[in-house]
Amino acid sequence: MWALALLVGVGGCVGTLIRALLGSAFGADHGHFPVMTLTINLVGSVVLGLLLEGLARTGEDVGPRKAVRLGVGTGVIGGFTTYSTFAVETDRLLGGGSPVIGLVYALVSVAAGLLCAAAGILVARKAFRARPMDEEGR
Amino acid sequence: MTWLFVSLAGGVGAATRFLVDSWIARHNRLNTPMGTIVINVTACFILGLATGLGLDHTMTASWTSVIGTGFCGGYSTFSTASVEGARLFLSGRARAGLLHAGGMLVLGTAAAALGMLLG
Repeated sequence: MWALALLVGVGGCVGTLIRALLGSAFGADHGHFPVMTLTINLVGSVVLGLLLEGLARTGEDVGPRKAVRLGVGTGVIGGFTTYSTFAVETDRLLGGGSPVIGLVYALVSVAAGLLCAAAGILVARKAFRARPMDEEGR
Repeated sequence: MTWLFVSLAGGVGAATRFLVDSWIARHNRLNTPMGTIVINVTACFILGLATGLGLDHTMTASWTSVIGTGFCGGYSTFSTASVEGARLFLSGRARAGLLHAGGMLVLGTAAAALGMLLG
């Protein structure tokens, strides 16, 4: 358990650093639509959907594939995306004189996040449709 | 130097998320995942507090970055929330999916607002 937590932690360091660097380079001014956080969260949702469904379709969750799921999925991608920044940005827009932008930001983020994750899952399903059966059937 | 601490705090946050989520999954009797909701709502509250304390300069900008961008960013996750919700929709449980995504949004923004009010 602790070794797995360490693996997730190392991945989380990488994901957080990438997000922090992107945020400092392209961060939104207060009162504007937070494009950077939205982009990070949507990219992360597609990639995590692809990765988790791809791993689940190509074999059992043990050994190296479990390490990739936890290190890259839970760690890097989980640390890269952020719900807390999204919520605080929403609150500050809602309460800071830009309620329409805040509402649009909140609803677009959640709806597009679900669509992006679903798209990733469906693409992985299509790509790995028959593979596990083929390999294990012989 | 702040970058190093932001990154390390993100790692601590991600590991904490893994441990909290594993613990909740072991005790959750519902067949809707609850771990990410609890994690994200608590992360929103902590970031709200840190943002509030940072805005009125009670806390330095470096500390706000390490706790906010680092720990809270690594601890909370948007991608897992999206994948869990999408799985509910794709398995035909649209109501559970709406409740999962909508409930997290309402509770998360409320927790962030409460944190900022107290901070």
